[in-house]
Amino acid sequence: MNIAVLVKLVPDTEASIKIGSDHKYINTSDVNFVLNPYDEYAVEEALLQKTKHGGEVTVISLGGDEAVKSLRTSLAMGADVAIHVKNPGGLDMFGIAKNLANVLKDKGYDLIFAGKQAVDDDCSAIGSMVAELMGIPHVSTVTKLNVEDSKLTAEREFEGGFEVYELPLPALITAQKGLNEPRYASLKGIMMAKKKQIEEIEGEAIPAVTEVLDLNYPPIRPPGKIVGEGAEAVPELVRLLKEEAKVL
Amino acid sequence: MDILVYLEKRGNNLRTAGFEAVTAARKLADVSGGKLIALLAGSNLEGFTADAEKYGADQILLAEDQALEGYTPDGHRAAIVAAMEKTSAKLVLMAATALGRDLAPTVAANLNAALLPDCISIEVIEGRLTVTRPVYAGRAIMTLATNSWPAVVSLRPKAFTAVVRDGGKAEIAKLDVQTDIKTKLIETRFEAGGKLDVTEADIIVAGGRGMKSNENFKLIEDISSLLNGAVGASRPVVDSEWRPHSEQIGQTGKVVGPTLYFAVGISGAIQHLAGMRSSKVVVAINKDPDAPIFKSADYGIVGDAMEVLPALIEALK
Ligand SMILES: Cc1cc2nc3c(=O)[nH]c(=O)nc-3n(C[C@H](O)[C@H](O)[C@H](O)COP(=O)(O)OP(=O)(O)OC[C@H]3O[C@@H](n4cnc5c(N)ncnc54)[C@H](O)[C@@H]3O)c2cc1C
Ligand SMILES: Nc1ncnc2c1ncn2[C@@H]1O[C@H](COP(=O)(O)O)[C@@H](O)[C@H]1O
Repeated sequence: MNIAVLVKLVPDTEASIKIGSDHKYINTSDVNFVLNPYDEYAVEEALLQKTKHGGEVTVISLGGDEAVKSLRTSLAMGADVAIHVKNPGGLDMFGIAKNLANVLKDKGYDLIFAGKQAVDDDCSAIGSMVAELMGIPHVSTVTKLNVEDSKLTAEREFEGGFEVYELPLPALITAQKGLNEPRYASLKGIMMAKKKQIEEIEGEAIPAVTEVLDLNYPPIRPPGKIVGEGAEAVPELVRLLKEEAKVL
Repeated sequence: MDILVYLEKRGNNLRTAGFEAVTAARKLADVSGGKLIALLAGSNLEGFTADAEKYGADQILLAEDQALEGYTPDGHRAAIVAAMEKTSAKLVLMAATALGRDLAPTVAANLNAALLPDCISIEVIEGRLTVTRPVYAGRAIMTLATNSWPAVVSLRPKAFTAVVRDGGKAEIAKLDVQTDIKTKLIETRFEAGGKLDVTEADIIVAGGRGMKSNENFKLIEDISSLLNGAVGASRPVVDSEWRPHSEQIGQTGKVVGPTLYFAVGISGAIQHLAGMRSSKVVVAINKDPDAPIFKSADYGIVGDAMEVLPALIEALK
């Protein structure tokens, strides 16, 4: 089975976010970047499917030079091949999806994985877009997956229930927490990953259709008040919720 | 500018978040002098037209087709594309639910359209669509704009309020959709008892690791049912299998926006805040006076949840 995984480097979820002076991007100095947590599930699932069905796992990331770090991390987990699509600059979501779809098509992947969401832009979009641009079926935010020779079944959660799909390969799946437990890279894996060649592809410049006008901090919540300590504070809390906040 | 709003049908209900999108669209349509078209896809749709009308649709398209009952990305994408061909809509709106977060990008890719996902405000200023959306798990807000049409926008549930508009009358029309569904929906399971989902609840009582055990969640459940709310949970609580994943709030769980949010025995980690920071009023109950959650709370009680919650139950009865 020929498997591809889309991976992205993002700020660590604990990182404190500082808005850059241009108010369009964040200030990236002092920020620790990691493989997007949902992409860890995606890479893990690709490796598990490879163990079951044989074949090869290719990881692909579009970005500047920093993107290589996400590829190395994936290689250290056990991916076989890595492709760095060099960001030509000025891409928006559509341009990113189009570039990734262009790299993926004609390569004959049976199964493509992405994360359900990149924790920087929080778009939850690239996976579904890439599948649609490639004309292959997809299921997003998958928590259970079973792949057979020519088809797969995938389960996803919605508000109030679960739905299960069956689709033919090739197909794209976006990974949600619950799908598996990502492995840690072994020391041997890390050493091997350092030596592996990373294929480079020049990304295509595609004019953006959306424009970031501003990036700012969310409005600050006015400081709250400590009503009191222990059970004695409860009557006053209930009174405040009724009379001041008017939410009860 | 004519606007198409996709309404999400789940079993025998339309999701409230869809009506929030209708209300948001109504404002845009009124400003721009356009028509508001609502789209419903699935089976037995006729019973739902009154709802769409009530919130201000001028026209309702019914893609009545057994093949569209239950969500499939390719089926429902085809319904929206057919609706766009039949009407002169330039903007597609839907709620950024689990469904909308999948459908919006699928439609945008198909239509070669601009995508503006998970927005908390939307305006058209001099022909330019301008939205704001939380990024970096709510630690920053991005203002995003497009001049490119069509555009597809999903709206974060509870960021907008659904408002009934009196006296509206909608024209109802059938929509034929050519479907070629490869993503076959083979099973749908609804959670038992039609439990209120956290994303739809006005009041959420959430418990964290400080609740100490599965059994202690009985206290949380009691308060939640006294207030007609829903139970929420932090991630370690779900990881320990004290509560189901459907109740997890935060970056890996659900993003909620209730009127009132109780955080009990929850420290207030950034990934938890990502899911609940847009709650209108937050109450924190925590035995540690330095717990970060107090910084994000409107009211706090410092104390042991096992003492505070029983007193709260008595007070609410
Ligand atoms: C990529 C990623 C994604 C994540 N996604 C999520 C997510 O979606 N949702 C989420 O919640 N977390 C998420 N986390 C985990 C998050 O970082 C925190 O670990 C988690 O939110 C902590 O949960 P907690 O507050 O219940 O537990 P703790 O941090 O252990 O806090 C327990 C609190 O209970 C208090 N307490 C203890 N005993 C009592 C008592 N008797 N009475 C009252 N208070 C008491 C303590 O003072 C403490 O403040 C994620 C982490 C990562 C890295
Ligand atoms: N620049 C990129 N390169 C490779 N994969 C990406 C890139 N951006 C997003 N993805 C993939 O798409 C998923 C969803 O990202 P997003 O739509 O940005 O939330 C991520 O988890 C990745 O799997």
